[in-house]
Amino acid sequence: MIDWVSDLLFWIVFGSILFLLRGQRIFWSVGALGLLLLFNQFFTPGFFHIQILDGHLYGSRIDVLNQGAKVMLLSLGMVLVIATGGVDLSVGAVMAIAAAVSSRLLVTEHQSAGAAIAAALVISTLAGAWNGVLVAGFGIQPIVATLVLMVAGRGVAQLITEGQIINFLDPTMVYLGNGHLFALPFTLTLVLVTLGLAFFLVRRTALGLFIESVGDNDEASRYSGINAKQVKFLVYTFSGFCAGLAGLVACSNIKSADANNIGLYLELDAILAVVVGGTSLQGGRFYLIGAVVGGLFIQTLTTTLYARNVSSDISPVPKALAIIAVCLFQSESFRTRLSHVVRPFGRILKPLGSRPPQKSITATHDSPKP
Amino acid sequence: MANSLLEIAGLTKGFPGVKALDAVDFAIQRGEIHALMGENGAGKSTLIKVLTGVFPRDAGETRLEDKIIAPRSPREAEGLGISTVYQEVNLIPHLSVAENICLGRQPTWLGAIRWRAIAKRAAAALARLDLSLDVNRQLSSYSIAIQQLIAIARALDISAKLLILDEPTSSLDRTEVEELFKKLRKLRESGLGIIFITHFLDQVYEISDLITVLRNGRRVGCFATQELPRIKLVSHMIGKAVHQVEALEQKRASTASIRSEAPMLEAHGLGRKGSLRPLDLDIRPGEVVGLAGLLGSGRTETAKLLFGVDRPDQGTVRINRQAVRFNSPRAAIRYGIALTPEDRKVAGIIPNLTVRENIVLALQASRGSWQRLSVTEQAKLADRFIQALAIKTPSREQTVRNLSGGNQQKVLLGRWLATEPKLFILDEPTRGIDVGAKAEVEKLIQSLRQDGLAVLFISSELEEVVRQSQRVVVLRDRRKVVELTEGEISEETIMQSIATHNLERPAA
Repeated sequence: MIDWVSDLLFWIVFGSILFLLRGQRIFWSVGALGLLLLFNQFFTPGFFHIQILDGHLYGSRIDVLNQGAKVMLLSLGMVLVIATGGVDLSVGAVMAIAAAVSSRLLVTEHQSAGAAIAAALVISTLAGAWNGVLVAGFGIQPIVATLVLMVAGRGVAQLITEGQIINFLDPTMVYLGNGHLFALPFTLTLVLVTLGLAFFLVRRTALGLFIESVGDNDEASRYSGINAKQVKFLVYTFSGFCAGLAGLVACSNIKSADANNIGLYLELDAILAVVVGGTSLQGGRFYLIGAVVGGLFIQTLTTTLYARNVSSDISPVPKALAIIAVCLFQSESFRTRLSHVVRPFGRILKPLGSRPPQKSITATHDSPKP
Repeated sequence: MANSLLEIAGLTKGFPGVKALDAVDFAIQRGEIHALMGENGAGKSTLIKVLTGVFPRDAGETRLEDKIIAPRSPREAEGLGISTVYQEVNLIPHLSVAENICLGRQPTWLGAIRWRAIAKRAAAALARLDLSLDVNRQLSSYSIAIQQLIAIARALDISAKLLILDEPTSSLDRTEVEELFKKLRKLRESGLGIIFITHFLDQVYEISDLITVLRNGRRVGCFATQELPRIKLVSHMIGKAVHQVEALEQKRASTASIRSEAPMLEAHGLGRKGSLRPLDLDIRPGEVVGLAGLLGSGRTETAKLLFGVDRPDQGTVRINRQAVRFNSPRAAIRYGIALTPEDRKVAGIIPNLTVRENIVLALQASRGSWQRLSVTEQAKLADRFIQALAIKTPSREQTVRNLSGGNQQKVLLGRWLATEPKLFILDEPTRGIDVGAKAEVEKLIQSLRQDGLAVLFISSELEEVVRQSQRVVVLRDRRKVVELTEGEISEETIMQSIATHNLERPAA
């Protein structure tokens, strides 16, 4: 009974959010998330079940929030890097470095949790800065520049842990990835605070404009007096910081630092999250909240497949199909084409994702894009 | 009309909020060069795009050799014999000439490409234009002019009946244009129909037989070139009466005495190896200095050195008597220098950002990221320049990519005016924009001058340089040839200076 009411409430809230987002770019990412949840509502028993234990909430949806935190954190850094026309492949390895640094300081060196966390964040930010120097300072292509750290980073993490898997039980460290705040997982707070920080950095200052400008047209931005190198350096540094946070959460989740496996392939999930969130890999316009929603979408997909007992060997296949579908629906030309093929469908599809036609004052374009 | 090659009747095409073509008629015969004229946004490009199947039409009928056609893609149009060469060379720089000509229809044998056949076919296509090139060399090793001809050769290789040239001359210099025209005349004799789109009035009169004028998506009329006075053509294009146009044309810069003020900028022996020989230049407040010369004579290089895009390796620059050294545009902007670059697309507009963002960009960049202009300040600024420069855009939130060339140029002007510069370097500010916008840009330059700005004006169109400048510096082969002052400035003296080989002043 309680479940029934809370579900209804959930869908009313979700529906209103979706309604408010109509015409926005991230409508499609949020909509895709909604479809996925709707599927689970009907076909995955227990997915929507929420339980209160010791004043904390438990349930699949809460799991998604908690487990998805890593990808959401990564995607916040990644989205800015991608907006400048680059990509950061090293975030998974940087996660491993952060985990290694913090647990070594905590366990082997007997430092306080605060010092361990701070050191891990400083080191991962430096790792991001290293990428920034390679890309902005030396002009190395982002894929190559970050590939260096992607490959070497795990080696560095192995050196730090001396090849061991370090286990820890320090309550502060364990709290990071397993604790609760306001009845919800603490990781959610972490994501929201980081989102707030990113939002402040790029939307309350002019950095966001510069990032989009550099990503859209590097040369013209330089002509306009934008310090493109500085902008690029900053986004890679921030991406390193976000990877550090994600690394701390990851090792806290499993109460140990495993340099070989922490953050493995998560850079790919983060890139996907950004793309699902509506940001183009070519750079330019970016969508911070879209990236977070993209992260949620990917985690929901993973959890759904897991809940439906899809073997982990074949789960990448349905995952890939779903992601392709979301990306296609974000493309206006695909929707237009689809609406030609499926007439009645088209009437619903067309107005949703595209902005309402603007009133034209003077109607003279040389070649207006339809 | 027995000989009619292509006939278009009542062609209509609308875009959301815009009627780009409104029942347009058009006809071209075999062996005819037909110019399509109109301001930016008049519908020329749309007409071509509908004709070649890039856009679907809303209404109307097209007949090619009396058969109704409705191509749905440029490829289909090519198959029917309608080939198009666009303003920007749409070839692939890293492939060879032969590959470029045969790309997409390469002769194969059992799926393997027959390289020798390709080379042969390419050579034959080039021979039609009396060109003999090494077809195995990379395309990018040839000049833009040659590349343009190669693009035409590619278009003709498809056994074309109708060739459409959309602004083929905008990146060519005088002699190259001559060369191109020679080839076009030859093609005309062979019975090809050619539709020619350009902004250069001179060229239209030089090459075309008929002129069709479009305005705001409608056909104004079709005229025999020889019977249409130039002033009438302009008046048809911009929709103003002849006497109004004359007033615009004759407005020459007032020859007010240049103030005896100290130069705002002085360059001594400024140069860079391989790009510009050492040159002296000074510009005073309230003065427009013209920079004339052929394409590649060092005009753009001069601008880039002054603006800090390229670093000079010799010479000094002083601004208000203070020695300065720029190693980036950022540094130059700090001293009140602004530059609208020659290549709007590459170095000017940020295509996917809005008009508002494009306008505030330079000012915001000079303020740094912490002192962000609030949304209301940005909107105010954008609205101010949209109004002051009469930028035609549905709203300030329109992406710049969707504006016409002239309006993009105005957005760039707005971007720099917002920074309140002391020296404005305008590199080809009127290239590729229509007559109306041109006049507006010229008016703007004069009003900036009167406000005490120093302006360095670079243009390929000599009459413009003559009309605008108080002094003209002529460049040839990356070297300053002569500096013409008031009274000496005329198209003839400039051309003479360009043509004369010695460094002495030509007799005026």
